[in-house]
Amino acid sequence: MNFRLALKGAALAVATGLAGIASAQDEPLKVGFIYCCPIGDLGWSYQHDVGRQAIEEEYGDRVETIFQESVSEGADAERVMTQMALSGADIIFATSFGFMDATNNVAARFPDVQFEHATGYKREHPNVTTYNSRFYEGRAVVGHIAGKMTETNKIGYIASYPIPEVIMGINSFFLHAQKVNPDVELTVVWVYSWFDPAKEADAARAMIEQGVDVITQHTDSTAPQAAAEEAIAAGTRVFTFGQASDMLPYAPAPRIASIIDNWNPYYIKRVGQLLDGTYESMESWGGMPEGEVVIGEITDEVPADIKAEAEAMIAAITAGEYHPFTGPIMKQDGSVFLAEGEVATDEQLLTMNFYIEGIDGDIPN
Amino acid sequence: MIRLEKRPNPSRLWTALTPVVAVVLTMIAGGILFAALGKDPFEALRTIFWDPLFSEQFAAFSRPQLLIKAGPLILIAIGLSLGFRAGIWNIGAEGQYIMGALCGAGLGLAFYPTQSALIFPAMVVAGALGGWAWAMIPAVLKIRFGTNEILVSLMLVYVAEALLASAALGILRSPEGGGFPGSRNLSQIDAMANPELIAGTGMHWGVVTGFAAVIAAYVLLNRHILGYQIKLTGQAPRAARFAGVNPSMLVALCLGVSGALAGLAGLFEVTGPAGQISIDFNSGYGFTAIIVAFLGRLHPVGILLAGLLMALTYIGGELAQFMLGIPAAAIQAFQGMLLFFLLGVDVLSNYRIRIGKGAPA
Amino acid sequence: MDAINPVILIASLIVASTPILLAALGELVCEKAGVLNLGVEGMMIFGAICGFAIAVETESPLLGFLCAALAGAALSMIFGVLTQFLLSNQVATGLALTLFGLGFSALVGQGYVGLKAPATPAVPFGPLADLPVVGPILFSHDAMVYASIALVAAVWYVLAHTRAGLILRAVGESHDAAHALGYKVVRIRLLAIAFGGALAGLGGAYLSLVRVPQWTEGMTAGAGWIALAIVVFASWRPWRIVLGAYLFGGISVLQLNLQAAGIKIPVELLSMSPYVITIVVLVLMSRDRTRTALNAPAALGRSFHASS
Repeated sequence: MNFRLALKGAALAVATGLAGIASAQDEPLKVGFIYCCPIGDLGWSYQHDVGRQAIEEEYGDRVETIFQESVSEGADAERVMTQMALSGADIIFATSFGFMDATNNVAARFPDVQFEHATGYKREHPNVTTYNSRFYEGRAVVGHIAGKMTETNKIGYIASYPIPEVIMGINSFFLHAQKVNPDVELTVVWVYSWFDPAKEADAARAMIEQGVDVITQHTDSTAPQAAAEEAIAAGTRVFTFGQASDMLPYAPAPRIASIIDNWNPYYIKRVGQLLDGTYESMESWGGMPEGEVVIGEITDEVPADIKAEAEAMIAAITAGEYHPFTGPIMKQDGSVFLAEGEVATDEQLLTMNFYIEGIDGDIPN
Repeated sequence: MIRLEKRPNPSRLWTALTPVVAVVLTMIAGGILFAALGKDPFEALRTIFWDPLFSEQFAAFSRPQLLIKAGPLILIAIGLSLGFRAGIWNIGAEGQYIMGALCGAGLGLAFYPTQSALIFPAMVVAGALGGWAWAMIPAVLKIRFGTNEILVSLMLVYVAEALLASAALGILRSPEGGGFPGSRNLSQIDAMANPELIAGTGMHWGVVTGFAAVIAAYVLLNRHILGYQIKLTGQAPRAARFAGVNPSMLVALCLGVSGALAGLAGLFEVTGPAGQISIDFNSGYGFTAIIVAFLGRLHPVGILLAGLLMALTYIGGELAQFMLGIPAAAIQAFQGMLLFFLLGVDVLSNYRIRIGKGAPA
Repeated sequence: MDAINPVILIASLIVASTPILLAALGELVCEKAGVLNLGVEGMMIFGAICGFAIAVETESPLLGFLCAALAGAALSMIFGVLTQFLLSNQVATGLALTLFGLGFSALVGQGYVGLKAPATPAVPFGPLADLPVVGPILFSHDAMVYASIALVAAVWYVLAHTRAGLILRAVGESHDAAHALGYKVVRIRLLAIAFGGALAGLGGAYLSLVRVPQWTEGMTAGAGWIALAIVVFASWRPWRIVLGAYLFGGISVLQLNLQAAGIKIPVELLSMSPYVITIVVLVLMSRDRTRTALNAPAALGRSFHASS
């Protein structure tokens, strides 16, 4: 492979200007990915890698993808991206929030390489794009299902870290549960980790012991599903939702639906744009309309009418007719967040650092 | 029948040769591993060991990166080696590294946006103190109550990680970050930055300090009474006590120095290569440094070389992952094998191998 | 908010603690023989994947546990050969073993991500399990929980009351003296290392087959380190291992339960509490200096060579 790259370099050097464009067309477009975690995590990084494979499938010989898993933040991320750029990558997707500054630093050094940073907000150079998904749209749907499905009126949320992304998800989930079930109470357990199967399992068990009968999570492992399955075996009625990936092995129960991070359409679109020359750096925040947030199969454990309501909500969000954060919405302290009919701006969502009315407890810090 | 016979003195020849033998053995075993994964073993090994240093494509960038990666490892390992020699087990350098970064960054950010040439030196002091203080917890508990320092220093790593997450999400969170976790980027603030000192070399203050620590440790161990006391305590604790070594003083000193150096490493990392305090700021340097210390046989020069070798396998391993598609797990297993061989063949420098039935010694 | 039900809490802390209990018990035997193996994390995770893989392939959790023990022991033999025959440094070799184990298990486990393990059933105690309080606490667990306690009892008995235990401890106290008495120091230590590896493997398999249960890379998430700490915490006494493991597991579970119950204690404090409380308890225990020192094997971590 190196030999071929050396040839590529030599060919370009000899034929500068003349055949430069032609040879660039002969070479496959090189697409790099860096992941924060092992792709075997079956969660966040796994779904990005599914997207990488979708690119290969879509464009075949026209692209070549490379990736590196388990990259630490900071100097390591910067080095890996630089080495990828040196190896001839044309576009690099940095798929974790923690890679934000490293992405911008490397982008400054390689103006001809495109950089795309997932879930961040810094675009310091013209060749940096940021992209994210509107996961709160999925949270709204499962919140609705949760509100309808709970019998104990206690629903639970296994949360990772108190950051706007997570808080936004909690609010969206609770808001829609509360809409269909005013008596519902939310229990939040912070595990301070994105991925710690044992802790996630313990958190799920702790909630089940407290009478929580519908659990969702903002952590990546299937441990909570397994804990719920165990509780079902012991005669307790508990439901969960798949997170990041479909987690279908736990269907039809406890897993009654899932929020899937589907990066495929976005990655295919962006690489396609780079191939046909229409690529421009941007700020992308797609969701259900773009197919980036997908609700996995709603199982038959969910009564047909609830399922129909959920599907109607999905359709409304996909059609752009419904925004999950539409007023009136009050903050936890009773002050107004959104007035009647008012829709939250992206800015308001991305900086959300408060619970909405009805949630008990405080956000850490 | 194969026997080992202790050499009266370590063989100089074998001391120099063993790392080479180990690397060759690793290449054979690693080659088999890579071949089993369906990769070309020769290409894989060349990518790991050769390309970061000599390939036209990467070397200009990768060579300085060696120093950046090895710098903190060496700095921490030097500190740890002093304690290890004296039988004082600081396993919690990772926590001291975090606390150094937190204290240093905290001090600097408290003065933001003051631009003064004094800020960076003050942060360095705060970083060293932070690491020192965190290491003094096991030291004091050991001196006062005889509490085992392995356990306390290890537990404090997890406490430090919780503090780190809390700081990244709370007190040190960048007010301009829109609620996202992570501090301001220190490496982009002139008064707090730890930049590359000579462009294109990878040298920053942390690497300089690492080299200085190597020299200081060498002098200390070979020319200073304290170094003699450390060595004596490790080899013969009773004799050391008769020789007037104060064990409490030694515990405080060894843990304190290793903590301070780990804290410095954290501070230089957060102000330079890493740039900011974030939830996952620490990436295992404190634990890897323990391996580096032993690979270097607790000798300052050995630690320097071991640190560079570890850094090479990291950087070359990264290249092998994305150039050849070798899984990260295979690289990790490969590193483990390299360590096994390095540790295993070490026996040759201290022992002769006798084959056949010799008289029992 | 409902208060926490102590009965259920105790029942679930037992499950949460069993992996570290098993691993710590194995390490205790290893250290009693004078060998410090810091590779517990690596052996645990290797046991976790091997146990999981075999259980999935054969549909038998029992076979899974068995193979996990064998796998842990096999991996520990790398450490054994290096430290006992090639006289490498134990601290460094143990750390290398952890690094290798984490990588190697991830390689082995590539085909097993996302699969479900066969369920490990609870031991059928019949009506006993329905008793109030003692039922859920004592009679509702799977066989490994009881096996772990039985193993503690066995280790305690062997160490304290048998000749084999005496020899093992002698080797850990002074290998030269033991050697002079004609005991095969290296052989005994290898057995102790293998036992440690087997129990670490069992602990790992308990994670992947019962506690979590699933396989993912890095799923031990530091449990091996906690097991090492528990050995020191227990000052090398088998029954205190139970105390230490249950204390640690208990606080870990309790902090999540407190959150779930809506108790208003800052989450950061709760999440660091297992570690802080372990330190505090250790300090309280270690104030009685002489007794603690007596239990630490004198030759811990030293290499033995017959002609030296």
